[in-house]
Amino acid sequence: MVIKHKWIFKTESAWSDANEKMLCLDTGGWRTERPVLDQTKCNYCGICAMYCPPQCMLDKGDHYEANLAFCKGCGICVHECPRKALTMKPEGDFTHEG
Amino acid sequence: MKANKGKISVMMGNVVAANVARLCRPEVVACYPITPQSEVAETMSGFVADGSLDAEIVEVEGENSAMNVVVAASMAGARVFTATSSYGLVYMYDAVLQASGYRAPVVMINVNRETPGIHAVSSGQQDMISTRDAGWVQIIVENNQEIADQLIMCYRLAEDYDIQLPVMLNYDGYYLSYLNEETEIPEQSDVDAFLSVLKTQPQRPRIIPGKSTGCGTHGIEMGYVEARYKHCAALERTKKKVDDIDKEFANYFGRSYGGQIEEYCMKDAEFAILTSGSAAGTAKTVIDAKRAQGIKVGLVKLRLFRPFPEERLLQAFKGMKAIGVIDRSVNFGWKYGPIATELKVLQGALGNVPILSYVDGLANLDITIPHIGRVVDEVGAAAKGKPYQDVTWIPME
Repeated sequence: MVIKHKWIFKTESAWSDANEKMLCLDTGGWRTERPVLDQTKCNYCGICAMYCPPQCMLDKGDHYEANLAFCKGCGICVHECPRKALTMKPEGDFTHEG
Repeated sequence: MKANKGKISVMMGNVVAANVARLCRPEVVACYPITPQSEVAETMSGFVADGSLDAEIVEVEGENSAMNVVVAASMAGARVFTATSSYGLVYMYDAVLQASGYRAPVVMINVNRETPGIHAVSSGQQDMISTRDAGWVQIIVENNQEIADQLIMCYRLAEDYDIQLPVMLNYDGYYLSYLNEETEIPEQSDVDAFLSVLKTQPQRPRIIPGKSTGCGTHGIEMGYVEARYKHCAALERTKKKVDDIDKEFANYFGRSYGGQIEEYCMKDAEFAILTSGSAAGTAKTVIDAKRAQGIKVGLVKLRLFRPFPEERLLQAFKGMKAIGVIDRSVNFGWKYGPIATELKVLQGALGNVPILSYVDGLANLDITIPHIGRVVDEVGAAAKGKPYQDVTWIPME
């Protein structure tokens, strides 16, 4: 058998560096709704980032934003936001973004 | 360099296993007691209590936790030991799969016993068969000395950098677990010396606190395919490694078991019997008696069940006119026993020779000398071109 596959893991088993390979699946494609921020209500407390299960909230300096490549749209950030700055919006509203 | 003569004691199989496991210096031990394995768990705990083993015993509430504990400890870099049987083995099944998927070199004793469904507190290899496809290395031994020697070889095999696979060492419950037999227990310094080769190999990957390493969370597309491919390739490499380690063991300790298979009176044999475990001991007695009558029969004892020793078996059975296989378990969905079914995969390469399947020894029914004598007679007749029965459940006739 001639192997054309380019090896992904350096080791015998699927051991890897979490920073490189663990988020290799584009889970964003699973989403039906996404969190949308009203920046006027946000005080940059970071609770959304703390509760985010896949830890995909990006620190933007004065607010947090979900990395939509990995955000599965679970809505936990919306539920936990003490200032109700986040709301879930259907993906259908964003189809023009591709 | 040769090992010193070890101390010879008369002990039961389970106590032999625990004594030798101690000499292999496991750092984490988690065993949940279950008949017919309990003395292994009890004796290991006793060694830690009296200070003769410096290991962490994790007291668990069941076998599933036992396997999860040793898998995690193994992934953190520890040498680990566990032991189970039957219900315990199937209760830990998901963790058994994880051990091999993570390529954690866990060494586990499995004392063969019938599986749940029909509650049988009795011997049989059905438990081992039920984990056949778990990706472990599975080895079957015949007597107490072989338990001792193979257990040491299991650590060499599992932790070898080229292998990195969990190894299950199987021996017959009741027949060996409670059999008191003369056994030479090697000296600590000799076991240390034999295992020291592992220290010269590169460090296998392990979980390190503070480092963002991960394992087992990559079941995605080509990551999954690659991990599976490497796992299967490692199992293939295991076959030669088993032979090599056996030779090295023979050079150092002076005892050899043939590696993947043991061939007994096979050199000039015209037909052969294939079996495993303690039944192979009885079979040798029968072979000797038949040989004394001038019947050219040989025996192959299957030691390595997973990976299946395809090449060694083909070599051993080359030119045989008939082969009889005695299984101590059933193969649901096939009429032949499990080992007989697997041998039939090699039928093409073996040529059109009769392969006779025998099921015997279920639920503590003895595989007796007359039973094996009958098998030899029938396989001998098949070798001469006489008609034969494909499958025979010996106790049912």
